[in-house]
Amino acid sequence: MSDAYGTSLRTAADWGLVLLAAIALAALALPLGARDGAPVGWFAEPLAPLFLAGVVLAVVGGRTAPSPRKGAWVELAAVALAWLLPMHLMDRGIDLSAGWGLWLFLVAATLLLWRVLGVLAALPGWTRSVLVPGLFGLGLLAGWEVLVRGFGVPAILLPAPSRIAAALAANAPVLWDDFRQTVLTSVVRGYLMGCGAGFAVAILADRVPFLARGLLPLGNLASAIPVVGVAPIMVMWFGFDWPSKAAVIVVMTFFPMLINTLAGLGSAERIQLDLMRCYAAGYGRTLVKLRLPNALPFLFNGLKINSTLALIGAIVAEFFGTPVVGMGFRISTEVARMNLDIVWATIAVAALTGSGFYGGLALLERLTTGWHPSMRGR
Amino acid sequence: MPTPPPLPSDGAPAPMPAPQPAPALSAAPSAAPAAPAAPAAGGRPIVELRGVSLVYPTADRPVTALSDVALTIAKGDFVSLIGPSGCGKTTLLRVIADLERPTAGHIAVEGMTPEQARLKRLYGYVFQAPALYPWRTVERNVMLPLEIMGLPAAERRTRAREQLERVGLSGFERKFPWQLSGGMQQRVSIARALALQPDLLLMDEPFGALDEITRDHLNLHLTQLWRATGKTCVFVTHSIAEAVFLSTRIVVMSPRPGRILDVIDCDLPRERTLDIRETPAFAAIAHRVRQGLKEGHSYDD
Repeated sequence: MSDAYGTSLRTAADWGLVLLAAIALAALALPLGARDGAPVGWFAEPLAPLFLAGVVLAVVGGRTAPSPRKGAWVELAAVALAWLLPMHLMDRGIDLSAGWGLWLFLVAATLLLWRVLGVLAALPGWTRSVLVPGLFGLGLLAGWEVLVRGFGVPAILLPAPSRIAAALAANAPVLWDDFRQTVLTSVVRGYLMGCGAGFAVAILADRVPFLARGLLPLGNLASAIPVVGVAPIMVMWFGFDWPSKAAVIVVMTFFPMLINTLAGLGSAERIQLDLMRCYAAGYGRTLVKLRLPNALPFLFNGLKINSTLALIGAIVAEFFGTPVVGMGFRISTEVARMNLDIVWATIAVAALTGSGFYGGLALLERLTTGWHPSMRGR
Repeated sequence: MPTPPPLPSDGAPAPMPAPQPAPALSAAPSAAPAAPAAPAAGGRPIVELRGVSLVYPTADRPVTALSDVALTIAKGDFVSLIGPSGCGKTTLLRVIADLERPTAGHIAVEGMTPEQARLKRLYGYVFQAPALYPWRTVERNVMLPLEIMGLPAAERRTRAREQLERVGLSGFERKFPWQLSGGMQQRVSIARALALQPDLLLMDEPFGALDEITRDHLNLHLTQLWRATGKTCVFVTHSIAEAVFLSTRIVVMSPRPGRILDVIDCDLPRERTLDIRETPAFAAIAHRVRQGLKEGHSYDD
C-alpha cells in the first residue's frame, strides 16, 4: 500500500468505522449480562468501563498512528482487550446469555479484527504467511470459547477449547500411549507398506501394460470400498494388534499411490523421451533420469492424499477391535462413558498429527519440486 | 581423486578430418526426384539414403510420409531440408536419427544402420523445442548425455563448460532453464547436442519458435560454429533465407507424398556474415529454392 493511497484512505470519511462506532454505541444501551436474574449494565460492573475506555483509546490511537501498519497493531490490541471483557465478566459470575449489549460489542470487535486482518494480509513476508492465519485461528478459538461458555452450552455437546486443553494436559500419558500405538506403530507401517507397494506395482504395471489395464478399474472399485466394511474383515484376518490396522491402511492407500505414480510416469513429454532415445538410454536410465523426476509432483499428490487416508483408516479400524490402547479405541470407549472432553482431546491430537504429516510432506515437496511451474516464485 | 578420464572409445570413431574445402562452384543442375543426389565435391558420404519410404497405417487409409527418398550427405556438408509442412522433412531427419523406422529402403549412417549409429551415439539431435529438464540446472542439462554415457564427473563438467562457452552462455551454468529466454534455452540444447562431440548434428527447426532478430543472431552463431568444428549438419527449416544462409546444399521437399523435388547447391563462400543476404548470388539461390517450392505446390490443389 503506497503512502499517498493510505493517507487519502485514512483522511476520507471511513464509513466502516462509523458503522462500527454506531454498533458499539447501541451496545452501551443494552445490558452486559445478568446476575441472579437481574440485568447488569455497563456501569454496574467496576472494571467494564475501564475495558471500554481502553478499547476506545486503542482505536483512536490506531487511527492516528503514523502508518496503517502500526495502526493495525494498535487496533489489534483493542480487539484483544474487547475479547478479554467476557472472560472477566464470567470470572465475576455474571450470566452472559442475556447480555445483548456485550454480544453486540463483540460483533463490533470482530468487525474491527476483520479490518486489521485486511491490512495485515496486504503486507509481505511473515505477517501474511504466518501471522494472519494464526490470528484468524486464534479468533475462531476465542469465539468458540466465549460463545460456548457465555451461553452455557453443555460440555457433552461441545466443550470449550480451554476444557479440551485441560483434558489434553490431564490425560497426556494416556493420549501419548494412544498416539504411539495408532500413529507411530500402525499408521507409519501401514503408510510405508501401502505407498511402497503402490509405487512398486506402478513401476511393474508400467513395464507390463496389461497389468495397468487390469489394475486401474480395480483401483476405481477399491476407492469406493467403505473403510467400515474392510476394517472388521482385516481384524478377523490379522488379529487385534497393529497388523490389521496396517492392512486397512494398505487397502486404502495402495490404489491412490498406484494411480498417481502411473499418471506421473505417463506425464513425460514425447520430445523428452525422444531425447533419451537419442542418447541410447535404456528403460532404467530413462526411468531414473527423466520419468521419475518428472513424476515427482504426482508422487507427492499421492503421498499427501494418503497421509490423511492412513490416519482415518487406522482410527476407524480400531473401532472393530484393538488392544486396550489406540486413538480409535479411546474415542469409542470415552464416548460410551460420556467423557466427551477426552474424545475432543483425542480428536485434537489426530487433527494436529494429520496437519503435521501433510505439512511435512508439502514442505518436502516444495524442497524437491521447486522447479515445477506450480511451485515457482513461492 | 580419479585419474584423468580416457576419451570414450565410442564417441568419435574416426579422427576429425580437416575442414572441407568449399564445394566446387559448379552450377550443378538439380537431380531428378528419386535419383540419388550426388554428394558435394570432396567429402566422403556420412549419410546415405536409397529408396526410403515410410507409410503410417491409419484408421481410414495409409499415409505416405516419405516416398522413395534418395539422398547422400557428405562429411562436412551443411544440408538443409526445406518444404511446406507435411512434406516429411522432420520425418526424414527422424528416420536418420532412428527415431522412426522406414517401411522400405536402405539407410546408412557412417556405414552403419541408423540403430547402430544411435546406440554408438554418433549424432547430436536438436529438437524444435529446447526439451531441457526443468529440475536440472543449465550445466546439468548439458551434462545429461554425458551422464548416460557414463563419463566421469570431472570430464562431464569440463565438457559442459566448454560447450556452454562455445554457445556464449558462460556464467549461466547454475541457472535453471525457465530463468532463461527462449533463444538462450535453444542454445543450451545445442550445447547439449555438441557435448556428445558428434560428427553429425541433426537439427529439427531449432529456431522455428524464435523471433527474427534472435533467429538471425543464432544463425550467424551456428554458421560460425559449423565452420569452426567442421561437423556435418542436417537442418530442417521452412525459412528460405535461413536455408540459403546456412547451407552448402538445400534439399527441397514436397508433400503428399513426402519426396525430394530438388537438391540445390548453395555455393556461397563458407565464411558468411548476415550481409551476404543482400548479394545477388544469395538472391539467385533463394529464387531457385522458391521456384522449387512452387513446383511442389502445383501438384496439389
